[in-house]
Amino acid sequence: MPAEHTDKRYEEELKKLRQNILYMGGLVEDQIQKSVKSLVDRDSDLAQVIIERDHEVNRLDVDIDDLCIRLLALHQPAGRDLRFITTGLKITTDLERIGDMAVNVCERAIELNQEPQLKPYIDIPRMAQISQRMIRESLDAFVREDTDLALKVCKDDEEVDELNRQIFRETITYMISDPQTINRAIKISSLSKYLERIADHATNIAEMVIFMVKGKSIRHMKDLPPSV
Amino acid sequence: MDSVPHTALRRRIAPEPARDAMADITANVAEKPLIEIENVSFYYGAAQALKGINFSIPEKKATALIGPSGCGKTTLLRCLNRMNDLILNTRLEGKITLHGRDIYAPSTDVINLRRRVGMIFQKWNPFPKSIYENVIYGLRIIGVKKRAALDEVVEKNLRRAALWDEVKDNLHKGATELSGGQQQRLCIARALAVEPQVILMDEPCSALDPISTAKIEELIHELKDTFTIVIVTHNMQQAARVSDYTAFFYLGELIEFGETAKLFTAPEQRQTEDYITGRFG
Repeated sequence: MPAEHTDKRYEEELKKLRQNILYMGGLVEDQIQKSVKSLVDRDSDLAQVIIERDHEVNRLDVDIDDLCIRLLALHQPAGRDLRFITTGLKITTDLERIGDMAVNVCERAIELNQEPQLKPYIDIPRMAQISQRMIRESLDAFVREDTDLALKVCKDDEEVDELNRQIFRETITYMISDPQTINRAIKISSLSKYLERIADHATNIAEMVIFMVKGKSIRHMKDLPPSV
Repeated sequence: MDSVPHTALRRRIAPEPARDAMADITANVAEKPLIEIENVSFYYGAAQALKGINFSIPEKKATALIGPSGCGKTTLLRCLNRMNDLILNTRLEGKITLHGRDIYAPSTDVINLRRRVGMIFQKWNPFPKSIYENVIYGLRIIGVKKRAALDEVVEKNLRRAALWDEVKDNLHKGATELSGGQQQRLCIARALAVEPQVILMDEPCSALDPISTAKIEELIHELKDTFTIVIVTHNMQQAARVSDYTAFFYLGELIEFGETAKLFTAPEQRQTEDYITGRFG
């Protein structure tokens, strides 16, 4: 860790920013886990609780943005502090979107719970598990300034993309064989898409962590670099 | 509403820097060098103020020298037009060239050097004469007498220094009657009137209010098209705003030199990072 800032209040605010981002990350991770649980356990009450809790995620998004803007305005940060604060601004946007995706998962879960189950959920919880791990690891990478871990998160995204393609093919097969399943199959396909998007947001966070630590961007590269 | 765009918007956007980040610090500048500083050490008596400095100052760009007090930035600035010659018991080792010519060579005409490398100081120092006489002072010394030529020089340089509109009706008013910011711009006009190649600025805004500071900073952006500027400043935001390149000094050593945008967002050296983020000491 760098030496303490000579301005103690500034140092405290930077610490507060870090803590708030981590708290928001933890909350969002829990939202996803419970949203998928509400689907697998067919628990619509839980889904409703998760939907209502999204406002907490939104409030953190606004609070963290305010804190970042205040830090930028009052301290004119440079170097690593500037990269940390601007990364904070972007990370919270991604976390907020992940929170919204968890809400979408709950909404589809409530709808699906009103009909007989089309098939046992196997790949969806698997995707959720990987996406959740990606978020956790991207935030661990953020805290520990660990670019290797951040790069691993970016690589793991491919696994989620593959599962998404697989679920898409599978749901198409259902729809072709029996039009009665179309409604449910489309919803399952959407669920898969939400989880795939969550993994993309986790990848964004990981890419921002690499920028924060190294000061160079690996975003929008055709191939991931072997190391940074 | 004020229709004048914000100064930041009027600036030209710097070209994308070359992505060869780990290169030697002296190789960070692709521009044509005007001043080359080679292995320069400077001593005040036995005390060494600069330790083997190497870097090049590119032509028609603004280069900022930053660092904590006593780091040697002003000493280096003063080496560039041999102002340190005026201090007894000082010694310079190494070589400084302007356009490839050694400025410390015995054949160098120091007066001529200082005409080519002008200087602006922290505290404005106009002569106790009229605005007009201040601007043409250098020309009077070298013997220019033609009234029309002098008038032209006064107008041209007061315009260059963004002071003309404020003083054109009172050119014969005493220079010391102007405000601090105006006096500083008058000193800039005076420095420009002898058509230098380089302008050294030693904390030119540290005693000015924010509006006067903004005017001088805007002026620096315009002057870069014609002149090479080297500015020493304690105000890091100012260095970030006005310069194309920044050199960071610490305890007489050059720690890092590179593109300003890079140095203030992702410096390569830990000491630079600590300094610009306020974690020094």
